[in-house]
Amino acid sequence: MRISLFVPCFVDQLTPQVGLATAQVLRRLGHTVEFRSEQTCCGQPSFNSGQWDVAREGARHALKVFRGSEVVVGPSGSCVAMMRNFYPQLFKGQPEEAEANDLAQRTFEFAEFLVKKLGVTDVGAKFSHKVTYHDGCHALRELRLKEEPRQLLRAVKGLELIETEEGESCCGFGGLFSAKFPMISTAMVQVKGGALVRTGAEFVVSSDPSCLLQIGGWLSREGKPIRPLHLSQVLANEVS
Amino acid sequence: MSSRENILGRIREALQVKAPQPHLQAPLTPTNHPPQGKEWLPDGGESLTESLAILEGQLAKLKTVLVRVPNETLAVEAVKLLSQEKGWKQVAYQGHPLVTPIAQSLACQTWQADADFNKQKLEQCDVSLTSCETIVAQLGSILVSSQTSGGRALSVLPHAHVVIARTSQVVPDLADAIRQIKERYGQKLPSMLSFITGPSRTGDIERILVLGAHGPKELFLVLIDG
Amino acid sequence: MSDPKAIFLKDASVSTADGDQRAFIRKALGGYYVNRDLQKARFRNWEKARDAASMAKWSAVNDLGNQLEKFVGNFEKNGGVVHWAQDAAEAREIILKIAADAKAKAIIKSKCMTSEEIHLNDALEKAGYGVVESDLGEFIQQLRGEAPYHFVFPCMHVKREAISELFTKHLGTAPTNSPEELTMIARRHLRQLYVDADIGISGANFLVAETGQISITENEGNARLTTALPKIHIALAGIEKVVKNLDDLAILLPMLATAGAGQPMTCYNTLYSGPRQKGECDGPEQFHLVLLDNGRTRLLADPEQRDALHCIRCGACLNVCPIFKNIGGLAYGTTYQGPIGSVITPHLRGLKQWNHLSGASSLCGACTDACPVRIDLHHHLLHNRRNAVKTNPTLFDRVFHFGFNFVIQRPKLFAFGGKVFRTTLPLLKKLPLPYLSAWLKTRDLPTPPSQSFRAQWKDQNHE
Repeated sequence: MRISLFVPCFVDQLTPQVGLATAQVLRRLGHTVEFRSEQTCCGQPSFNSGQWDVAREGARHALKVFRGSEVVVGPSGSCVAMMRNFYPQLFKGQPEEAEANDLAQRTFEFAEFLVKKLGVTDVGAKFSHKVTYHDGCHALRELRLKEEPRQLLRAVKGLELIETEEGESCCGFGGLFSAKFPMISTAMVQVKGGALVRTGAEFVVSSDPSCLLQIGGWLSREGKPIRPLHLSQVLANEVS
Repeated sequence: MSSRENILGRIREALQVKAPQPHLQAPLTPTNHPPQGKEWLPDGGESLTESLAILEGQLAKLKTVLVRVPNETLAVEAVKLLSQEKGWKQVAYQGHPLVTPIAQSLACQTWQADADFNKQKLEQCDVSLTSCETIVAQLGSILVSSQTSGGRALSVLPHAHVVIARTSQVVPDLADAIRQIKERYGQKLPSMLSFITGPSRTGDIERILVLGAHGPKELFLVLIDG
Repeated sequence: MSDPKAIFLKDASVSTADGDQRAFIRKALGGYYVNRDLQKARFRNWEKARDAASMAKWSAVNDLGNQLEKFVGNFEKNGGVVHWAQDAAEAREIILKIAADAKAKAIIKSKCMTSEEIHLNDALEKAGYGVVESDLGEFIQQLRGEAPYHFVFPCMHVKREAISELFTKHLGTAPTNSPEELTMIARRHLRQLYVDADIGISGANFLVAETGQISITENEGNARLTTALPKIHIALAGIEKVVKNLDDLAILLPMLATAGAGQPMTCYNTLYSGPRQKGECDGPEQFHLVLLDNGRTRLLADPEQRDALHCIRCGACLNVCPIFKNIGGLAYGTTYQGPIGSVITPHLRGLKQWNHLSGASSLCGACTDACPVRIDLHHHLLHNRRNAVKTNPTLFDRVFHFGFNFVIQRPKLFAFGGKVFRTTLPLLKKLPLPYLSAWLKTRDLPTPPSQSFRAQWKDQNHE
């Protein structure tokens, strides 16, 4: 398959290793990976702020970028939810309505793609560490993904997966919410972070890099011993 | 224009555009009536034996004390014993073929509250004895009514409540009980029908369960076979 | 009146800083989660039950005019009197007139959030009536002079020691740390008040069109007593409380109890039709029902958010909301807190002043998953945000988002902008910039990479 990589805007600029790891894993499984360099952002920040008319302009660009792609895979539950669940709403009654619906059908979140589309749970990875998992809300509730990342992690050699209490609690990112209502956002990540630390895990893994920005940002500021890691980065560690 | 007309007019105008149906898990048949409800509501039992077993389990969880007796004579004995054990002094009761003989056999002061209602006197009573209309196995609920269970206050004001009933009054689930209400009363409903599910309780303080908030702290169901 | 948003920001800052209180709330909710899940598991198919419940309310609300008229016709046949109130002021006037005509002195109330909405107690007290809340949680909040914290559990934020002090102060009772003893104190105090009250005021959970009955759900028995002993019963209910058939309650009552309190059924679920009948030994002589609009028809007129009127006020959305758990119910400053409150308050009180509640959410969606009648809660918060932008955009937002979308349509500009951001980040961190400074108060950002993904990809793949 020729997989068109969707790289979230902040992954492109702040955590590029997530995009690179995602491509690495897909290639290891024998697929061709392309990166259409005209892509920038799915437009969610403006959409979530209620600026739908303006967001539509940005999203139109994304539609153009991925025109003709076979399949689009993104290592981000929130961006994929935007493209799959919200683009059809955003473009309803617009000339691009059919195209938006079509793109929605062939856009997948990374873990979802591996497990549900490729039918793969063992990607030949090794990561001998204690790991806990954070379910990003978009992946969990908009895309209905819960087991898929866990199936992938359980197949990783040497990995010990521990569940967190407050596992399904929101980390408090919510895009611009994290900066518009910082005291609430911080209170939420305190609860999440506290639970993560109590697992005794060395890493907190998520399929949502935006959650990891929030969680990692707090863990770092508070000097906590647990480190954030994206699912793709765990899976990219090959069994030698 | 009256407020009634104003509000109904605003409703009419508002509903000119129909709202989309909710996002359903599985497409439903057009009706939302309870016969299908048995597919997804909690189990109430397929036979009386099953229902009684489920009822027993529910009552225990609720802390409703169940006393099963084979006949009315033993029902009398059971309540006598209870009365002695609890040290009840003032008993208010409903005039009813199942209840009256029991009340009259008690050694302490008894008063037929629905013959001569007095709310101040009722407030002083330790316990009330009433019948009930229906018992719902699925939920452990007891249905009383203002018409057939001695009024509105009798089953809720005294500190304890004893219900005398027969196993033939047990139905599997709430849908059955509701159907019975409609069959029994049609358009002429009692002014109050109440499903009682356990002794009174509250979780208002730190969300910790405490029994006996305002209604009876203790609830007993004396269930006679047949 | 002070700006609700400013008050909200101030109150939320204070409550989010109180780690002890937040931990207390989480602990209080712990038992609820366990019990709720136990009860949900008893349903043979919880998701199908949610479908049935949501269809039951959808079909009633989308035929509201006919169903209300049918309900009223049947209600009046049973001997009750219906009053229609377009707004809070009219509802208060109606109730005050009933009280005056009855020459009442003492009024006892059972739980009625609609009465909070119309600020009834204030009006009754100013008119000289003694009003007592009989629901334990409402009673405690009344003594504290505080609004309900949660519309099902009004005082869940109050520790038992504080309740003990409150009772000592107002009732003269000995201090105690036992929830059981505290409950008994309230029980003893209220008993005579039920007997002495001239008027009992209640709410209504459901209005059954088929039979003209109102349905009241409770655990304590205080509504049973409020509606049994006083001579006059006044019920106050929003017009949206209608269900078509009595059978609908076979699904709605167990779900209300399960989602709201983790119980199979609450202790008392009572159907009332009319005042005392001939042949009945007790009961009120008069039964009045006040039907309240107060902005509900505005919400009804929005087909996108009309399902918010399906709400059965179970409170499940509050119980799972991380915002509610961290800021507490009082910070909302509304009658109805939590996700449902954030959704409906702009419709009931005005979008411009109350839209900030829709913004104060990460849109995690836990509320929508918890709702027994499938209200699309978190998406409605998004809809409110969009509607606010349409009617009232701020200059900053317009500029920011225009700028953001200008850039993301131009890949080279985006790449350049990103590079500038990464390079100047150490300096930017020191400046008071919107969003960035707020983030950096409590969180770090990752060390910016020297090369973006697109640059590395280009290098690695010669594309």
